[in-house]
Amino acid sequence: MSSVTIDKAAPTRTVKYGSMSRDRKWALRWSYFFLTLFAIFSLLPPIYMLITSLKSSAEISAATNPWWVFHPTLENYVGLLTSNQFLRFFWNSALVSIFVVTITMLISVPAAFALARMRFWGSATLATGVFLTYLIPDSLLFIPLFKVFALFGDWTGIQLINRWYVLLFIYPTLTVPFCTWIMIGYFASIPKELDEAAIIDGASWFQTLTRIFIPVALPGLIAATIFAFTVSWAQFLYPLVFTTSTDQLVLPVGIITTLIKGDVFNWGQIMTGALLGAAPPLIIYAFLMDYYIAGLTAGATKG
Amino acid sequence: MADVALRKVVKRYDDVEAVRGIDLDIADHEFIVLVGPSGCGKSTTLRMIAGLEDISDGDIMIGGDIVNDVPPKDRDIAMVFQNYALYPHMTVAENMSFGLRLKHYPKAEIKARVTEAARLLDITDLIDRKPKQLSGGQRQRVAMGRAIVRNPKVFLFDEPLSNLDAKLRVQMRIEIKKVHQKVRTTTVYVTHDQVEAMTLADRVVVMNKGRIEQIGTPNELYHKPATRFVAGFIGSPAMNFIPCRLEDVGGTLQIRLTDRIAFPLPPARAARYNSLPRTDKLLLGLRPEHLTESHAHLEPGVETFDTVLDVTEPMGMETLVYFGLEGTPVCGRVNPNAGAKDGAPMRLAMDLNNMHLLNEATGAVL
Repeated sequence: MSSVTIDKAAPTRTVKYGSMSRDRKWALRWSYFFLTLFAIFSLLPPIYMLITSLKSSAEISAATNPWWVFHPTLENYVGLLTSNQFLRFFWNSALVSIFVVTITMLISVPAAFALARMRFWGSATLATGVFLTYLIPDSLLFIPLFKVFALFGDWTGIQLINRWYVLLFIYPTLTVPFCTWIMIGYFASIPKELDEAAIIDGASWFQTLTRIFIPVALPGLIAATIFAFTVSWAQFLYPLVFTTSTDQLVLPVGIITTLIKGDVFNWGQIMTGALLGAAPPLIIYAFLMDYYIAGLTAGATKG
Repeated sequence: MADVALRKVVKRYDDVEAVRGIDLDIADHEFIVLVGPSGCGKSTTLRMIAGLEDISDGDIMIGGDIVNDVPPKDRDIAMVFQNYALYPHMTVAENMSFGLRLKHYPKAEIKARVTEAARLLDITDLIDRKPKQLSGGQRQRVAMGRAIVRNPKVFLFDEPLSNLDAKLRVQMRIEIKKVHQKVRTTTVYVTHDQVEAMTLADRVVVMNKGRIEQIGTPNELYHKPATRFVAGFIGSPAMNFIPCRLEDVGGTLQIRLTDRIAFPLPPARAARYNSLPRTDKLLLGLRPEHLTESHAHLEPGVETFDTVLDVTEPMGMETLVYFGLEGTPVCGRVNPNAGAKDGAPMRLAMDLNNMHLLNEATGAVL
């Protein structure tokens, strides 16, 4: 049957091919036009940051062409990279992100496995519930959360507010629901027979997860990891609210609070700090880009 | 190696009974095939033996022990799935040895078993490949290899050949039979394909609507079906069912198919059916091979009649002819040289020595 249909369709397709290719050409031209426009639009700020970071304070305030560096200097880079304070922010950010990614994965992977595979009473409702928690905006949550940690401190004497590690309790509330949701979709796309085969082969649930599901769903796992890392690296509101002492600050807040003194903006160092802060995610993306895209699209097509 | 027994096994999903009280005894070394249309409960039965589905009622025994609440991994069974279910990130050897590695077998023994199974299945060259580099037939061999290396008490096959193309299916069918002849492990095999069932099984279990219709050797099912369902399900093309009634004419028992066509029954058949009420609505069950072209020398019990063919299907070694008897479509198998043509009249011979008589209302074979 199908071969007959293909034979019939073949001549029509050759006739149409010319017009389709012309359509395609125009579609491509438009795509390139808008993509270029978009690339310029989104790359301008980082380029401006890069240019400014290479200027001295005098040149920044001078009335010259802001898009050109006349006397390039690395003084901003040297200044920041030799400042213990900046390195401290960097270190705090790295610690927070690494711990948050670890905590998130340790919670959301088993949770997703349980919700996707172990049929138990209310598992479907629970899966939806997990996602719904992600829909609540962070900006609504920070005041109640602050109150919770303040009360916790009052009752137990354990002061968490104004400690960098308070963020380890807060960020997972943002990352766990979304990562769980991604992983549920991933695990659900793995054929049921695969875990049945593993169970008959003698694997426990935990072994099925670690030896079958995690390796098979690795692209999804990487996508979730990158997401968790990005969220915790770039988070601004929570660390601004929960940490105040300079030795407890993470990078995004640290740059703003220490490099803006009153109404004096140290633009050169602000731009340099922002660029340096953007480097780790960029490096990670560059290495894991293929996995990340595969991770984002696989869920869509396997539905 | 072990025998398997099912005692009044029931599976209920909410209000639906998928399996309605099955009793089945499978002997050690036996190759049993569960066959039936989709939704007849055959796969559910297999999955209950595997432990992948809980049983709602009854008992399942493997090797004499009740395993109702024993998890799959402790039942010492191996299963081959329709979609192979190979672990995509492992090589063929790793796929096959996964179960043994989980049970911490010594490395030397794992290697020996995998090598032996690979040799048996002729996949030695593929041992380091990943599943995605294999063809469908090769994948199915690996899936079988994974079952064999475990040396389990029972093999369970869930429609293992359904994803293969027709030619490969025939080839793999023979492979499965060969493997069973060598390893002799008790096997339960589920399929909807009656040809697979007939060719592979020591005994076939025909299931319909959650019940067992009949259990028997392939020949028993073919020649002595117990119900209309079995008679119609086993055999291809299917058995013809022609409405008929019995009548007595001059002291002989005669079967009347249409106003014009009636035949005296052969003595053995007449004796068997004589006690039946003449008023019952009956069906004459006749396989296509017992409806052939007419010969000059007909054996006793073979009766001829004239008909006009609707359609003919030349198959090479035989030609299938289709015609109607008062609206009932009937199929016969004639010699390709018998001159059967679409729309042409033909004299056909009906071998009543091989007839079946069925009660139209109950479907029972009388």
